[in-house]
Amino acid sequence: MTEVALQAVELVRRIEGAVSHTLVNGIDLAVNKGEFVAITGPSGSGKSSLLYLLGLLDAPSEGEVMICGQPTSKLSETDRADVRLTKCGFVFQFHFLLPEFTSLDNVLLPMRAAGRMAEAEMRERGLALLSSLGLGEHASKRPNQLSGGQRQRVAIARALANRPEIIVADEPTGALDTASTEQVFSILRDIADQGQTVVVVTHDPALAARADRRIHIVDGKIAEITERGGGELVCEAAS
Amino acid sequence: MKLLFNIAWTHVSSRVRQTLVGMAGVSMGVGFTIMMAGLMQGSQIDFLRQLVDTMPHITVEDERRSVPTQPAEQEYAAVQMSDIANVGKRTGIRYSESVMSSLRSWIPGDVAPSAKTTAIVNHGGARIGITLSGIDPRREVQVSKLATQMREGKIDDLSRAPNGIIMGEALAEKLGVKTGNTVLLVGGQGVQLNSTVAGLYRSGLKRVDESQIYSLMGPAQVMMGQGGVINQLRLRLNDPMLAQKVAAQVEAQTGYKSVSWQEANADLLSSFTVRDFIVLTVMGAMLLTSSFATYNIISTITHEKRQDIAIMKSLGMREYAVRRIFIIEAAIIGLVGILFGWILGYLLCYGWSKITIFNPLTGATVPLQIYYSLAHYVIVGGISLVCCAGAAYFPARKATCVHPVEIIRGAS
Ligand SMILES: Nc1ncnc2c1ncn2[C@@H]1O[C@H](COP(=O)(O)OP(=O)(O)OP(=O)(O)O)[C@@H](O)[C@H]1O
Ligand SMILES: [Mg+2]
Repeated sequence: MTEVALQAVELVRRIEGAVSHTLVNGIDLAVNKGEFVAITGPSGSGKSSLLYLLGLLDAPSEGEVMICGQPTSKLSETDRADVRLTKCGFVFQFHFLLPEFTSLDNVLLPMRAAGRMAEAEMRERGLALLSSLGLGEHASKRPNQLSGGQRQRVAIARALANRPEIIVADEPTGALDTASTEQVFSILRDIADQGQTVVVVTHDPALAARADRRIHIVDGKIAEITERGGGELVCEAAS
Repeated sequence: MKLLFNIAWTHVSSRVRQTLVGMAGVSMGVGFTIMMAGLMQGSQIDFLRQLVDTMPHITVEDERRSVPTQPAEQEYAAVQMSDIANVGKRTGIRYSESVMSSLRSWIPGDVAPSAKTTAIVNHGGARIGITLSGIDPRREVQVSKLATQMREGKIDDLSRAPNGIIMGEALAEKLGVKTGNTVLLVGGQGVQLNSTVAGLYRSGLKRVDESQIYSLMGPAQVMMGQGGVINQLRLRLNDPMLAQKVAAQVEAQTGYKSVSWQEANADLLSSFTVRDFIVLTVMGAMLLTSSFATYNIISTITHEKRQDIAIMKSLGMREYAVRRIFIIEAAIIGLVGILFGWILGYLLCYGWSKITIFNPLTGATVPLQIYYSLAHYVIVGGISLVCCAGAAYFPARKATCVHPVEIIRGAS
């Protein structure tokens, strides 16, 4: 039986205001351990909003996000931070590396914040991660000395630092050229093949096609789910 | 913690100029505050030392604090008496020798008798009212610094000259007399006495130097018109700060009005309190203002680092940990600033101590008295550090409580 790593139950995110706005409108989703899920959809459909909820960056208005079977809606902000630190790695469209730090120090940041390893052990792991992403000789460079693709790979290495169960990436290749996009995507694919769970938002249908499952979102609802291998599951959005 | 310190260090070290301005602000505040504290306390202590050296620590006079109630008043509620003749009559301290020996047995210091009266010096047409104190030279050295204040002659010379007196230099200058000259003293009873100036002293307190004359007991008692009377006991304590307490005990024991030097100079001391209050307020304001630069720089850094704050929070660093980064930055600025402030403060104090000023109180040109105290450095540094941490806390809290999603949305 496959294990569910990440589950969304009746997830709703509403912005209250003069005109209240529903960003995510009742999403049910279960992602298995080791699965590679792509989320697609038109601009403004709520993909990023969903991802922030799944990555515990944002709190849902209704519903529940379960990480490794644990409900998270009742956690305190500190506990949510701890879950982000150890269970859930986030990769953004923009690399968001700390500009004053070298690649290695950026990768070490989550490990140091968690403080569960000895310094030497952390450095060893950081260097190993960087080498595995083809950045061995760039470890001591700062972000502004790296190319866009390299920065994005450093960001992935940072997301992987604390061996999270789940990697969540919001258009990680959005700002990259074809070659770098290919590289970053195959890295994510490898991560999933090694047993970590990957959820990635992309606009690129070709890339989405390489995921185990493709979830199409329109207006904050799941419009369509496509399993790899041709089988197509259509979930009509309850409207 | 090391991580936070690292991040903090990268922030401040990448803003050298701003950081230096922040540090300079703190240094200035700390330096000048230490200087003010040293100057203020220095001058105060200097003044008090002069005061305490010059004056007896406690004066026991043959007076009561208030007119004793009359038997009739005690007996009948309706009786009220005032303006009663003779109750204010001063008879001297009775059995002064035994009072003194009893005091000597317990007070932490010594006691000497004197006969104090007022007189007028009449010399070459000048008539100046003075206080004449008849003293016992052997006892006097125990209770006053008169012996060390002598500029010409010695206390013992009092007994060598006929009706010898010792007067302040200032008074001698005013009268135009020198040691060996004769002046005429006129007492309240009309008694006139030709006295020889046997010596000159200088206490440093102008009001004493210009109006206090010493003689032996005999001449003073003659001027009073009451032979053999001792009307004042003067006490000198090993610790002048005990004067108030001891004075109260002496008064309780003897029944005579005993005035400590603090009571005698209450007006001066209360003006010190006002001065202290003003100066402390100014110093506090200086320290507070000096931390404004720190507030500024932390505000700027937190603003510039909004994105980094969002990243660190989104990576799972706890909010208070992120906030602590900026407190550490302020502490770095504060600590370095304080260190240089200490040096600056010391140098300023040292510089001031080289400057001499004319002291109208003593009429002498003396170097400014600076009080060096480790406590100044510790307290000023501590307050400044707290100000810096406070200055950092508010912008840091404001910046770190922002939801990371808001910034990430805005940035991508
Ligand atoms: N704070 C907010 N207040 C009001 N509306 C918001 C707010 N944040 C986002 N939205 C709206 O919510 C909708 C969903 O936004 P979201 O960023 O999730 O879309 P997206 O699918 O990621 O789009 P894209 O592909 O362009 O990144 C958008 O229409 C956006 O305008
Ligand atoms: Mg988006």
